[in-house]
Amino acid sequence: MANIPKEEYIFKTTSACAGCSSSLCLRHILKAAGPDSVLVVPACCTSVIQGIYPNTAFNIPVYNVAFAAAAAVASGMSTALRAAGRKTNVICYAGDGGTVDIGIQALSGAFERGTDFLYICYDNEAYSNTGMQRSGGTPLGAATTTTPGGKTEGKKDLDLIVEAHDPPYMATACSAYPLDLYKKVQKALSIEGPKFIHILAPCPPGWRYPADKTVEMGKLAVRTGMWILYEREHGQLTISGPSKNAMRKPLPIEEYIGKQGRFKNIDPRSIAILRQQVEHHMARIAREAEGIC
Amino acid sequence: MLTIATGNKAVADAVKDAVPAVVAAYPITPQTEIVEQIANYVASGQLASKYIPVESEHSAMAACIGASATGVRAFTATSSHGLVYMCEMLHWAVGARLPIVMANANRALGPGWNIWAEHTDSLSMRDTGWLQVYVGSVQEAYDATLMAFRIAEHADVLLPVMVNLDGFALTHITQSLETVDPGDFIPPMKLPHAIDTGRPAGYGTLTAPGDYYRFRWDIERSMRNAASVIEATQDEFGKRFGRTYGMTEEYRCADAEVVVVAMGTLGKEVEIAVDILRGQGVKAGSMRLRWFRPFPDLDLAGKEVVVIDRDYSFGFGGIVAHAIASKYDVPIFSVIAGLGGQEVTYDDIAGFVRDRRPGDEYWFGVDA
Ligand SMILES: Cc1ncc(C[n+]2csc(CCOP(=O)(O)OP(=O)(O)O)c2C)c(N)n1
Ligand code: SF4
Ligand SMILES: [Mg+2]
Repeated sequence: MANIPKEEYIFKTTSACAGCSSSLCLRHILKAAGPDSVLVVPACCTSVIQGIYPNTAFNIPVYNVAFAAAAAVASGMSTALRAAGRKTNVICYAGDGGTVDIGIQALSGAFERGTDFLYICYDNEAYSNTGMQRSGGTPLGAATTTTPGGKTEGKKDLDLIVEAHDPPYMATACSAYPLDLYKKVQKALSIEGPKFIHILAPCPPGWRYPADKTVEMGKLAVRTGMWILYEREHGQLTISGPSKNAMRKPLPIEEYIGKQGRFKNIDPRSIAILRQQVEHHMARIAREAEGIC
Repeated sequence: MLTIATGNKAVADAVKDAVPAVVAAYPITPQTEIVEQIANYVASGQLASKYIPVESEHSAMAACIGASATGVRAFTATSSHGLVYMCEMLHWAVGARLPIVMANANRALGPGWNIWAEHTDSLSMRDTGWLQVYVGSVQEAYDATLMAFRIAEHADVLLPVMVNLDGFALTHITQSLETVDPGDFIPPMKLPHAIDTGRPAGYGTLTAPGDYYRFRWDIERSMRNAASVIEATQDEFGKRFGRTYGMTEEYRCADAEVVVVAMGTLGKEVEIAVDILRGQGVKAGSMRLRWFRPFPDLDLAGKEVVVIDRDYSFGFGGIVAHAIASKYDVPIFSVIAGLGGQEVTYDDIAGFVRDRRPGDEYWFGVDA
């Protein structure tokens, strides 16, 4: 990671939990984006970890906004900045709840209008800010505080929804692969129009694993195929390095879910469904990458 | 320039003359003509604004917030369901201290679906911290919208302004309209806390009670400043363009024994009712409330008051009547009339005054 800038835009004074991967991701995102950037943050963990006024742990303008409003605020901001001839990056950093649930309408609107901005969803698969309730991004079988017996529905496919808007650039990333994320942010910001990056961001208290296992959890998600790293540039899909390797011989998904307390009581039938979904997803992505979809 | 125009067209023309950098809006009856007209002005190059055709009113206000935060002028227009749908962002615009201007075509709320005039939509937003003005004519819709930008952006205010005009009763009626060349009447917008990547700062971060409290008080202090900024702006407007406005518009009030208070187009009808009553020997006057936030000082000492509310707060009463009752120790006859576009003629209004029962509430068309 020799060429990642030394400048820090997030100081160590954040109030993030030990092992928080979403704040680590943001650190790399801001390094990739550089100082001429504005971060738009809806209600989520990221609105909390900045600290309490008049202090802030972020050394970049951060515009905190209402839960449902991130993409729409960014729309107005980007439009005004571009009209004034300014190239400032407008970057939304939103949780899964603020993206797949309450923020989906604003997100869809901003993409359909071709807003010049980068929307990044860090997906910790629950409403962490309010104490780990279920979100549309929570996977089947995962226990949350509102699905104590495990979620009975599957994870909403955010990427298919975004893809339907045909953005010039979209990618997935995972906190365990920061260099991959860094490069994707740089590439996204070099393209005009609405860009999207979806990051799987393990969350120790939410997923119920020890804080020092955050990197391992991210790697297992990719190695089991539960999470696939790719980018789609002007409709052209490329599978990213770590997933290319993983998809040749994926680890059994039990390696991943078996290490997380949230899946402790998952039943065999749900595991079978998850496995089938992973196989389908890998096959679909592989087909698309080969251009035979 | 002298033309004829609808209330909606007047608002759009004022926006054209104020040249906001960004307009973000979502259509709703009876506001649609405002957004269509503005979109046309932008498309034809007559207005150098960026028009963002957002997918909802929540996003309309959010986009205005994003634009305004960069230090530029932003405008939107809505009505009724659209206004209450953006409620969360109305509060946000105030807390973020953004001088956004919005026109609201006052309309009843469903169910049942009803597209006609009522003030409950905007009055139910009265505690958001938006300045609110209610206009009574096409000319006033234009003038108030133009002035709203200068008032909102004034360094002592920096709060958003809502210009309210009655759905259909004003948005869709045609009257003469004289537009002006505002020249330097609206100075370039200066937002001291505009986003600046050279001076990074956190906006709207978690705030503990002590600081939050100070910010709230700051809003109230600006709201109090707003009264004198409004008056100074209206005086300056009068000097430059020859039309004068007050916080209220009074008609034959000086020697009146009974004063009728109303807002919007009904307030205009009251003036005709006053002439009728005077002809019948009733010493009546009209006090049309123009500004509702900040709430003006009213000279009601020694008078009986008839308040016509085109709104209602369930379990409490007419919102204007109660605002007055809470500030002035005067006998009030509270009339609830015109809800959902109910027709109220000047003869009806004269009747309310003749048959007034101070201390009572009367639902026109329902009560005997
Ligand atoms: C309109 C509204 N409803 C509910 C909330 C409460 N709330 C704040 S953050 C949050 C969950 C955020 O979840 P997510 O977007 O996944 O981000 P995370 O907390 O996981 O980082 C909720 C429910 C709110 N702020 N606004
Ligand atoms: S709850 Fe999860 S996402 Fe939130 S700060 Fe803690 S580790 Fe990070
Ligand atoms: Mg989340």
